[in-house]
Amino acid sequence: MGVAAIKEYAFESADRLENFHGNQLLYIGWDKHLMFCAPFCLPLPPAMRLGDIIEKVLPGVFGYHPDFARIDWSKVEWLKSGQPWRADFDKTLAELGLKHKDVLRFQTPDLNGIKGSAS
Amino acid sequence: MDMKVSKKKLGLKEKYQHMTRGLGWETTYQSMDEVFPYAKYEGIKIHDWDKWEDPFRLTMDAYWKYQAEKERKLYAIIDAYAQNNGHLSVTDARYINAVKLFLNGISPLEYMAHRGFAHAGRQFPGVGPRVACLMQSLDEIRHAQTQIHSLSNYNKYYNGFHEYRHMLERVWYLSVPRSFFDDAITAGPFEFMVAIGFSFEYVLTNLLFVPFVSGAAYNGDMGTMTFGFSAQSDEARHMTLGLEVIKFILEQDPDNLPIVQQWIDKWTWRGYRVLTLVGMMMDYMLPKRIMSWKEAWEVYFEENGGALFKDLARYGIRPPKWLDQIEQDKDHISHQAWATFYNYAAACNFHTWIPTDDEMDWLSQKYPNSFDKYYRPRLEYWREEAKKGNRFYNKTLPMLCQTCQIPMIFTEPGDPTQICYREVDYKGNKYHFCSDGCKEIFEHEPEKYIQSWLPVHQIYQGNCFNEGVDPTAEGFDPLAAVLDYYHLNFGRDNLDFEGSEDQKNFDAWRGMATKNT
Repeated sequence: MGVAAIKEYAFESADRLENFHGNQLLYIGWDKHLMFCAPFCLPLPPAMRLGDIIEKVLPGVFGYHPDFARIDWSKVEWLKSGQPWRADFDKTLAELGLKHKDVLRFQTPDLNGIKGSAS
Repeated sequence: MDMKVSKKKLGLKEKYQHMTRGLGWETTYQSMDEVFPYAKYEGIKIHDWDKWEDPFRLTMDAYWKYQAEKERKLYAIIDAYAQNNGHLSVTDARYINAVKLFLNGISPLEYMAHRGFAHAGRQFPGVGPRVACLMQSLDEIRHAQTQIHSLSNYNKYYNGFHEYRHMLERVWYLSVPRSFFDDAITAGPFEFMVAIGFSFEYVLTNLLFVPFVSGAAYNGDMGTMTFGFSAQSDEARHMTLGLEVIKFILEQDPDNLPIVQQWIDKWTWRGYRVLTLVGMMMDYMLPKRIMSWKEAWEVYFEENGGALFKDLARYGIRPPKWLDQIEQDKDHISHQAWATFYNYAAACNFHTWIPTDDEMDWLSQKYPNSFDKYYRPRLEYWREEAKKGNRFYNKTLPMLCQTCQIPMIFTEPGDPTQICYREVDYKGNKYHFCSDGCKEIFEHEPEKYIQSWLPVHQIYQGNCFNEGVDPTAEGFDPLAAVLDYYHLNFGRDNLDFEGSEDQKNFDAWRGMATKNT
């Protein structure tokens, strides 16, 4: 039983895909840059290319950090749900198999935050 | 000579008997199961409600008399505080933000506790606990009222106090305390009593009230201090009730043990997560500090709580789960929380700021293993940027934990440089968690938590704009629309303390009170 209840208790998820007006949620975190207190939650169209997300969306999200301008995106390492993941910037979220509420992390091994403090 | 003289007055014991136990009866027109429909579904087995020992033999008439006396004293002090412009005697205006946090985040919980205890009191078939719950229910609504009355004085002069009731159900960070209590009152009466009566009121309450009340005393806030002390005599009764509940349930049937243990694990963790706000308040928001969050945790949880769980071991209860993680986290969570409010200061109904150099030194000294290494660099960087007119306001919404609803700010046990990510697939959807504790709580009752009203997701679904607002209109400003929906006044309630209206007004008024020009 999924819950202690006095009678049948079944509801749909409050955050199911169809509630987001054609977008899906993508969570994205930048490891060792905890000046951003938490990973981010972005509503994005499934037909958006990853490359466009990096070029057009991420600067507004992470651009405040002095390390952001120094990122060499060809060397960035990606994780999906904590497992190594191959990014292809030309593919869309749907083509990359990224589902609603998937979580990506990216790592920039030479860049470790303010004074190397992971901030 | 041996005629019986009927006594005019009942003895204390008889009176107590008549006015508590004597008020109950076995129903016959309707079955007891119909009258008390929530008494059994949680799986708790009670064989003899008369075994309930009332921790304080208080009857309603005595309760009224005693509380009325206390209330008179409290209001005399509150009035004097207001009439003498007591708000100008606090250490500095930053302190007032701790009071805002209390009014917005804690006082509504007192009201919810009132509702919860009224509900539990209605649903228990046993008279003893029903009367005890009734009194606690009244205590809780009195606490909500006296807090609101005391703090309404600040609302005359400072921003961020004006819409606590409206904001509780809307503002992103308030979903943390709110969902905590909603989780408790939507549980059955037994779980509610273990959640709030025991885990919160008994195990964790000192970590809530002592910091706020002592913080008020240390920072010259007589009004807040007084309602704290007034509530304290009730708290002692609540703690005793919380402990009695646990012992009673465990003594009734051995099958109750695993259910109660799971609730203790869950609610200690849930409560601990909510207390992150208190930790932040202690370490960052009190101009005159009382003790660090870490020290408070060591005294009030590790020492006092440790003794409690030793005492409960004879019932088969072990200490709550995840204490090893909490032990490591105590060096970090207050800093992580303050950084979060600093990030999202534009969407918040109190101000944040960078600690002064002295305050940073205090933090270094209290947190030798963590502050200088992990947290000072980001605070100093932010300070430098703010000086250049580039104060950091994070404008992208964060990922939240499905259970505690706190942004995913907490780090891996043992690695303060790495955010802790946990996830579960349930019926075709993914759910994310800040910790093993929150993940396990979800897994135990997924159907409950898949309905969580997560503020970030609700904003993206378009549910956090006022009626008539068109998010597809050209030039639509989502932040402004959300703040409107919150009833949060941009530029007054939010942003940095430096340059705020509160700061300017306080300085001007205190100047008038202490200088001749």
